[in-house]
Amino acid sequence: MSRIVLPVVVTANDLFDGDPVWLTPGGNWSRSLADAEVIGEAGLAETRLAAAVAQANRVVGAYLAGVRPGPFGPCPVEFRERLRVRGPAILTSGLCAAE
Amino acid sequence: MYAYAEFDEDFVRARVRQFRDQVERRIDGRLTEDEFKPLRLMNGLYLQLHAYMLRVAIPYGTLNSRQMRQLAMVADRWDRGYGHFTTRQNIQFNWPRLRDVPDMLDALADVGMHAIQTSGNCVRNVTADPFAGAAADEIADPRPYAELLRQWSTDHPEFQFLPRKFKIAITGAEEDRAVTRAHDIGLRLLRQGGETGFEVSIGGGLGRTPMLGRVIRAFLPEADLLPYVEAILGVYNRLGRRDNKYKARIKIAVHEMGLETLRELVEARFVKTRAEFGGADRAMLAGIAGHFAPPASCHGPETIPPGSPAFRAWCDTNLTRHRRADHAIVTVSLKTPGQVPGDVTAAQMRVLADLAERYGHDDLRISHRQNVVLPHVRKADLPAVFEALAGAGLAAANAGLVSDIIACPGLDYCALATARSIPVAQRIALRFEALKLEHEVGPLRLNISGCINACGHHHVADIGILGLERAGVETYQMTLGGDPTVTAAIGERTGPGFSSDEIVGAVERIVLAYLDLRRDAEETFAEVFRRVGLGPFQQVLYEGGEATDAA
Repeated sequence: MSRIVLPVVVTANDLFDGDPVWLTPGGNWSRSLADAEVIGEAGLAETRLAAAVAQANRVVGAYLAGVRPGPFGPCPVEFRERLRVRGPAILTSGLCAAE
Repeated sequence: MYAYAEFDEDFVRARVRQFRDQVERRIDGRLTEDEFKPLRLMNGLYLQLHAYMLRVAIPYGTLNSRQMRQLAMVADRWDRGYGHFTTRQNIQFNWPRLRDVPDMLDALADVGMHAIQTSGNCVRNVTADPFAGAAADEIADPRPYAELLRQWSTDHPEFQFLPRKFKIAITGAEEDRAVTRAHDIGLRLLRQGGETGFEVSIGGGLGRTPMLGRVIRAFLPEADLLPYVEAILGVYNRLGRRDNKYKARIKIAVHEMGLETLRELVEARFVKTRAEFGGADRAMLAGIAGHFAPPASCHGPETIPPGSPAFRAWCDTNLTRHRRADHAIVTVSLKTPGQVPGDVTAAQMRVLADLAERYGHDDLRISHRQNVVLPHVRKADLPAVFEALAGAGLAAANAGLVSDIIACPGLDYCALATARSIPVAQRIALRFEALKLEHEVGPLRLNISGCINACGHHHVADIGILGLERAGVETYQMTLGGDPTVTAAIGERTGPGFSSDEIVGAVERIVLAYLDLRRDAEETFAEVFRRVGLGPFQQVLYEGGEATDAA
């Protein structure tokens, strides 16, 4: 927590299908980062993370991820998080002529 | 091939029942994630970047058509219609849902397959030469020994919590196609005087501290295999470091304690283990060996029928000499330029299963280079096999060439990765396809890993690429001169890394430099590298010059 640069969002993987999910202002989980609550205050981030970790029946491995504002909502700061938001670019390229 | 005995069947079914219960308890909250995680990993279930991933073992890379069809069914029914073959002869499903995994495991158990010990600090899937039982250069078939090791290591009570994961590879041929020197234990069958035995090496491994295995026993009589391997594991289990996971592999023990010390300890323990086994392993091996009889005789002409230029080009690259003059070993490339290396669709799996059943003695192999092998095909049947493969998008004539790239899943899938591997592999393969150069270049190994853990075996490639992240940007380091064979070598780093935009051009410059430097088409990349060293290649990479041979 101490090294996280604000603002942040709370993210995790869905327990049932493993999808990346983000915590919304209403305390629900969304599959879109655009819906995430952007948290600019360290104490609140701690509180939200603790609440997320407690939802072990819905998500796995909740953590805080840095974001910066973008034209369509928050954008991840970390490279890994950007890939996580985007999904594998090669999802269907293995499906070739045989299909 | 080996068929499950009642014991195997009961064990695997019991494990699926246990795991089904564990999944239920995780979902209803009786198990926390911390409690559940080691249980799911013991059953091959990872949580990756975008989804769960189920890693299924293909013991020593061997499948029959029924198993391949079942993998296709699993991919269609519970995943997204494809699977990914790995460098350790496993298949990974990238999109399973937690609730479905017990059903997937039950479906796998229906055909004698499982995901046990494909993760965790235990003995992993034992890998072997994909041409086993077929290669002309084979001394003895390694598969019965691999199966014996599989049975011995599966759920072995002493070795479920080793200091770190433990990988064993075995080959029975003169050429090492199983990268034995990059494994914790590497086994090479030898014949000495009329006796069959093993050269045993230990302490090989890639990852952040790449090391080649060192020979602990130059000749181990084959009858002593299990007691000796158990002695090695026993010593490692007791003395391997548990204080630091990065120093926990047996290679670090070899490095820190010295091979001689370790050898003495292993030999002392071996005296006890050999007495303890008391011949039970020999009886088991005798039972197993019967499952690996050569395929029923099926004669044909010793020449390959004529065909189109495409067919002939494919024969030139994708066939290997079989022990029988009227047969060939077919490598089916999963590296059609632009495709994801090692990915295969369910439809393709079914085509491969059909071909194995009709033309290949019901035998399929997965190679560590992430291709599929039909080990026994009559030469007379090659045109029909080629035709069917071409219809399924599986007829790329590039086995062993520069576009036959090993690539780990990288940051497109893997939670540990630091950079993407797959798009780099795709772009390099497409570039060389456009250049129409790779047949002139000849055999050349190019391997890509998306992080320091080196699942893509970049250290042992002629050209190795390691993807890293620097300040939010992917950068790709290059190593040259790695060798996975009996003349094994760890590649040397060329210097500063290349951006994603630069890396394809950098590879092209290296390949062109090799063409300039080699004395003739017979001189391999490894031979040129040993002769001229890194210098001329660095020149073309970093100084924009032409490669000059100062040697």
